[in-house]
Amino acid sequence: MKKTLTALTLALVASVAGAQTKKTITVGVFPDLDSVVKAALPGFYKTHPNIEVKINSLAYADHHNALTTALSTGSGANDVEAIDFGYIAKFAEGGGLVDLSKAPYNAGSLRSRFVAYTMPQATTQDRRIVAIPTDIGPGSMYYRTDFLKKAGVRPVDLTKSWDSYIAAGKKLVAANPGTFLIPDASEVATIIIRTGLQPGEGLYFDKDNKVLVGPNNPRFVRAFTVAKQIRDAKLDAKVGASFSADWTTGFQKGNFATEVSGAWLVGHMQNWLAKDFAGKWNATQLPGNTFTSYGGSFYGIPNQSKNKAEAWELIKYLTTNPDQQVLAFKTTGAFPALLAAQNAPLFNEGVPYLANQKARVLWRQAALKIKPIDVNRLDPVAEQIVNDSLSAVLDGSKSVQQALTDAQGLIQRRAR
Amino acid sequence: MQAPLSTRTHPRLTPRARWDNFQRRYAPYIFISPFFVLFAVFGLFPIVFSLYLSFHSWQPAAGLGDMDFVGWRNFTDNLTDPTFWQSLRNTIVIGLESGIPQHLIAIPLAFAIHMGLRRMQGILTALYFAPYITSVVAITVIFFTLFSWQYGVVNAVLSSLHDLPVIGGLFPEEKVNWLGNRSFVQPAVATVVVWRYVGWNVVLYLSGLQSIPRDLYEAASVDGATTWQQFRFITLPLLRPIMFVAITLTLIGNLQLFEEPYILTGDSGGIGNMGLTTVMYMYRTYNFYSDAGLAAAMSWLLFLVIGVLTLVNNRLFGRSGLARAD
Repeated sequence: MKKTLTALTLALVASVAGAQTKKTITVGVFPDLDSVVKAALPGFYKTHPNIEVKINSLAYADHHNALTTALSTGSGANDVEAIDFGYIAKFAEGGGLVDLSKAPYNAGSLRSRFVAYTMPQATTQDRRIVAIPTDIGPGSMYYRTDFLKKAGVRPVDLTKSWDSYIAAGKKLVAANPGTFLIPDASEVATIIIRTGLQPGEGLYFDKDNKVLVGPNNPRFVRAFTVAKQIRDAKLDAKVGASFSADWTTGFQKGNFATEVSGAWLVGHMQNWLAKDFAGKWNATQLPGNTFTSYGGSFYGIPNQSKNKAEAWELIKYLTTNPDQQVLAFKTTGAFPALLAAQNAPLFNEGVPYLANQKARVLWRQAALKIKPIDVNRLDPVAEQIVNDSLSAVLDGSKSVQQALTDAQGLIQRRAR
Repeated sequence: MQAPLSTRTHPRLTPRARWDNFQRRYAPYIFISPFFVLFAVFGLFPIVFSLYLSFHSWQPAAGLGDMDFVGWRNFTDNLTDPTFWQSLRNTIVIGLESGIPQHLIAIPLAFAIHMGLRRMQGILTALYFAPYITSVVAITVIFFTLFSWQYGVVNAVLSSLHDLPVIGGLFPEEKVNWLGNRSFVQPAVATVVVWRYVGWNVVLYLSGLQSIPRDLYEAASVDGATTWQQFRFITLPLLRPIMFVAITLTLIGNLQLFEEPYILTGDSGGIGNMGLTTVMYMYRTYNFYSDAGLAAAMSWLLFLVIGVLTLVNNRLFGRSGLARAD
């Protein structure tokens, strides 16, 4: 009796001691990135048996709201936090995340291992690196091969330049009644605004916080003008934002001849958005030799984390391990930000939904050509103002010059 | 030294007496404290904090230590912001477009239910009340689909009405882009708000109607008053107090409109920001622009507007109106 009791006590002590050497860290993520982390854990545990990872997954907006609250109040953040592209500027300039460019992290040395434009997105104006990229959304144009055939339009007619895109679009819509060239004309403006930036320029502000938006900036004038041409030629379906009801229904009914978006759109198309049109869609580069990114995700460590060393181990594993990045790509179609992962054999295989086209090669090429864009804390304000003035141009209530002059004034007001 | 001193000043009580004393003097406070604790944490603190915040510049993601005192700048920035004024204008226009029909529909409807359909009253009240308790997200998503430009039911119905002989000309030939055309965003939002709150007001008015003595109507009908005359000279005047309550609630609620326009316009405020209400702009300023101080100042400005309008309503409808009714 006494012996068993001793043995039991020993076993209990041993298990408690064992648990103590194991450190538990938490990861805050959103869907589908949570399935990537989940799939990564078995591999991570093999090399890091002393770290236990707990996943805290919230809906996309909730996750980022919770992170804002945690950073603002100084408690409640996870040890590792996933941050989406759309939020990275806000958190980068906020100061609540660990500067990974410093020792012991020295993330600057990892820079060359990622697609060139990603690290600058997570680098602040004072050169702090607040997060490490994990996946990217290289932009690409999708088009309906059957519509093109019927109209006698070649893919190159769509991509040569924006002018040829519009000209080809007119033929496409004429030959396929009831279809539209593109869901919304504003999408084209968004691409043009994001391309052809001069060194030291952000999207809306330059290095010295000077407002770039205005009637004398060719980038914005061109963006607004081309979008207006598309609208005036009645080529777009005026659905507004992506994932709106009209956007979704248009896809499901097969009414769009082309769409510009990230590589990730194929996943949506094959799973629900355009299931019935498998094999009829194909991908190509964006018109006018332009390359831009649609989203991407990052991991950062909040300053308040008490397990920074372990958190950094997990981030390194998730972002710099090629096998893991390939696994992530297989799990959710998240395109790797890690260059080494992009050379896996998988990337030379055809995409069944796109009629076995080797689209991943295309996306890889695009990813390598996308230029870094400097972020500014006031980007969201400027983006909203630019979008509003663009919609005023598109519905004919303002001229391009007037809209850009007004936008300039409104942004300058906020930027003082 | 301490112990004898305290025994001298406080005569020693039996435990029983102490307990009684405690119960009499402090127990009520303990029993009532949950309310005050909850109110302090979830009511008072946010109010005081937002007032404090409105005089500071603060990016929430930077942590609490990052606040800078900026004086009245947040208020002046808001007052010189054209978008703030536009949002206020939108709020008031949508508020009127949805507020007035609500009552114009609810009062006669309540009267009809009260007078004519007494047996059905329970079930009808429940039916009309259903939109009010249904999730606003679900409602708005459904309306969002109904108002869809290319594929929505509203446009489908309108175009089939257009094909009718004789009256067809009254209906538009082309599909109306409800949520993508400047002139239609606000009526579309107002429609959803009306649909949601009419039932609530019907219930309010029904309860008001039930407090009007039946014999007044009987006496009136003996005197040969028509239904319209009964409505005009008995119901409306005696309904005044409940109308005051209902209109005050609508006023405050409509000035804080958020969910319906937020979902219908896909959080952007819609074309030309026509659906951007002040609360939406406040949320945008806090959440997307990370400018908590500016958002807090905006909430206080909105509070002022609501306060003033409620006062005006009070003057027009409230005390003086009630006094006259007496």
